[in-house]
Amino acid sequence: MTVRRRTVISALLALTASTTLAACGGGDEEYKADPASLQIYSAQHHEITDAWARAFTAKTGIKTQVRSGKDSSMGHQIVEEGASSPADVFLTENSPAMTVVERARLLAPVDATTRAQVPAAMTPSSNAWLAIAARSTVMVYNPDKLPADQLPTSLMDLAEPEWKDKWGAAPGGADFQAIVAGMLAQKGEAATASWLKGLKDGSKTYQNNIATMKAVNAGEVPAGIIYHYYWYRDQAGNKDGTQNTRLHYFKNQDPGAFVSLSAGGVLKSSKKPQQAQAFLKFVTSPEGQKILADSKSMEYAVGNGVASDAALPPLASLQAPPVDPFTLNSDQVTRLMTDAGIL
Amino acid sequence: MPASSKNPAALLAATLVAVLTVLPLVVVTSKGLSLGWDQASEFLLRPRIAELLRHTGALMALTLPATLVIGVGAAWLVERTSLPYAGVWRMLLLAPLAVPAFVSSYAWISWQPGLSGLGGAVLVTTLAYYPFVYLPVAAMLRRLDGADEDVARSLGLTPTRAALRTVLPRLRPAICGGGLLVALHLLAEYGVLEMMRYQTFTTAILQQYAVGFSDAAGSLLALVLLVLCVGVLGLEVGARGRTRVARIGSGAQGEPPRARLGRWTVPSLLGLTALVALALAVPLVMVVRWLAVGVQDSAIDVGHLLTVTASTIGLAVAGGLGALLAALPGAWLLSRHRTATSIVLERATFVASSLPGVVVGLALVTLTVSWFRPAYQTIGVLLLAYVILFVPRAMVSLRAGLATAPPELSEAARSLRLGGPATFARVVLPLALPSFLTGFVLVALAVSTELTATLLLAPTGTDTLALAFWASSDELDYVGAAPYAALMIALCVPLTLLLRRQIVEER
Repeated sequence: MTVRRRTVISALLALTASTTLAACGGGDEEYKADPASLQIYSAQHHEITDAWARAFTAKTGIKTQVRSGKDSSMGHQIVEEGASSPADVFLTENSPAMTVVERARLLAPVDATTRAQVPAAMTPSSNAWLAIAARSTVMVYNPDKLPADQLPTSLMDLAEPEWKDKWGAAPGGADFQAIVAGMLAQKGEAATASWLKGLKDGSKTYQNNIATMKAVNAGEVPAGIIYHYYWYRDQAGNKDGTQNTRLHYFKNQDPGAFVSLSAGGVLKSSKKPQQAQAFLKFVTSPEGQKILADSKSMEYAVGNGVASDAALPPLASLQAPPVDPFTLNSDQVTRLMTDAGIL
Repeated sequence: MPASSKNPAALLAATLVAVLTVLPLVVVTSKGLSLGWDQASEFLLRPRIAELLRHTGALMALTLPATLVIGVGAAWLVERTSLPYAGVWRMLLLAPLAVPAFVSSYAWISWQPGLSGLGGAVLVTTLAYYPFVYLPVAAMLRRLDGADEDVARSLGLTPTRAALRTVLPRLRPAICGGGLLVALHLLAEYGVLEMMRYQTFTTAILQQYAVGFSDAAGSLLALVLLVLCVGVLGLEVGARGRTRVARIGSGAQGEPPRARLGRWTVPSLLGLTALVALALAVPLVMVVRWLAVGVQDSAIDVGHLLTVTASTIGLAVAGGLGALLAALPGAWLLSRHRTATSIVLERATFVASSLPGVVVGLALVTLTVSWFRPAYQTIGVLLLAYVILFVPRAMVSLRAGLATAPPELSEAARSLRLGGPATFARVVLPLALPSFLTGFVLVALAVSTELTATLLLAPTGTDTLALAFWASSDELDYVGAAPYAALMIALCVPLTLLLRRQIVEER
């Protein structure tokens, strides 16, 4: 009896030990910063970053590893990691997170030949990083709940009492915070603060753009502020989340016509500065931008002479407000949103 | 290694574990107060914090009584009345434990998208958490001696009053214990509330993390959450009281009387059916429905599903073993020397039982990024979080197990010239093994559905069922989330079977 019990016990122990070893082995394989690989910290959609990284490796033979995260937390993460950050390249969805890293003086200037690949308006005056893609602010609305002739002319209108409970947004996300950063740069602190108060009192909060869009589609809320590509992506698919909705573009250089730049930068602390610059050059080259345009992500390509997906209205037709992306300040936005009681 | 005399190695190990479990508290407090008192109080004394407190309070005020009424009522119907098919109901009422609350929330919101805010949050958390009350109360009802009720009735009390006067006071510890679990879970809940768009401290902490990584503001929010947890623990100690529950001496235990339901039979059956349908059928039907859509569109990436399941099981096994190893020294000391030190060490690890995963996650991010950079972003830190969070579950089982191997047996083995390790392997382990396995399974299952600490700590590339499910369901991709939900439920079924034993076996 004792012998049999001991056999059972040792068998159990052996089993668990081997499973653990296997599990740890699996974990190591999946992620450990490989010193031979270019380390890409990315808050961009991982499908696009992966596509870029794969194509870059195929073309140059330089190995890459991608760590994904969210705009703001990843920006602050790099700042906390400081000079010992494992990151070589940082890609964001919106530029304010890049500005956080830039203000900590952690970015190396982007090569001039790379910058020449995108329009001058798509780079900040500091030249510390550049745009790799763009996304436009839109209002998605449900015509059954909000007739087209009642649409607002400005994003600023939504803070008015008559819009109370008639619009939704995802203020916790980096996308929305970039829109607010644009408003802050254009309209100043006082106007933005009072608009945020209107948002806090009068809007419905959703967890992200997709939830906002689907709530509008389901008629839970008449309108919502999102980025354009979520809508076009759903339209290109089975239209489940958008069939009852339309898009309203504010245009006229309104804060609601803000075009947000996805940003790419090279870390000053990178041990592979040349490869890192080469990656950024590849991403903004016609070849890299075509990968973006063909990815069905429906974001705008920003490279000179590269067409975006045909379903999208041309970027130039959106009449976006002129804002130097260098001035977009996410820390101030966070503070204003904290003061307004949103965060 | 003496089996029963003082053991410095075990003491050292137990101290180390206790220090590790208290570590998140220290980190969160010091980081939160690094802002300085003025800024910290300014951050805390603003309307937003009051709003979060109101939300958290409203959720507790509605859900807690609901779970208590449902849990106690259902337990009484099953264990103390003439309810037909009591055995089946016993199982069905526990079964919601196999459905993680955030999976159940996904089912509800995908069925009734308008169900958001406080109402939806209360509905889903009540249905997911009432078994925490039902389980201990049912176990206690089966254990209680019926003789007291007989005595009370012989003194002229009606059956109802006899039950109220003799049974209810003795259920108090079980009710309070279950209520405590519900309250702590409510404070730590993230998935349900995020999906229901109802903001509490836990959702606010994750939002703060998204905005500022490991900044002081997140730690301050975490600190408030901790204070709330400690407050709940204190309230429970007060509410539990000092009523004596144990019987003195052995002897035949009287079978407790069962109340005749009579014309209440049908309403009771209808009520329980409705409860089970809401708590169990809704999640299962919805998961299966989305799963079927996925299969039809061949939208299921089986390869990825297998990888994710394997890494989840790997983490669960490693976490389970880690928690067992961490609990062992303390449990051993406690079963051998019940000194003030060993009790303090044990209580310290129990502090962790009130720590929400998000607090531990945030603390370990802050700690490793600032002071232990080599450990930063590694599996090791994630496992450490699991150990800190779930060591009490292992501890409870281990203590019970080691109690079945009294020191006298070890001493006898040693008098037969067995060494310390051999004594442990040949005497203690075989006797205590079943409880070791119970502890291991409890922790492993908790790990496999843990969400918030995993969200913050998982090294890139490690994907778990909970993370993959969350990524899809957060984007309202119900079809994509369904396979992960189904697998999590499948993994949790053994837990329910294990817990059922707790009710049935005690007699």
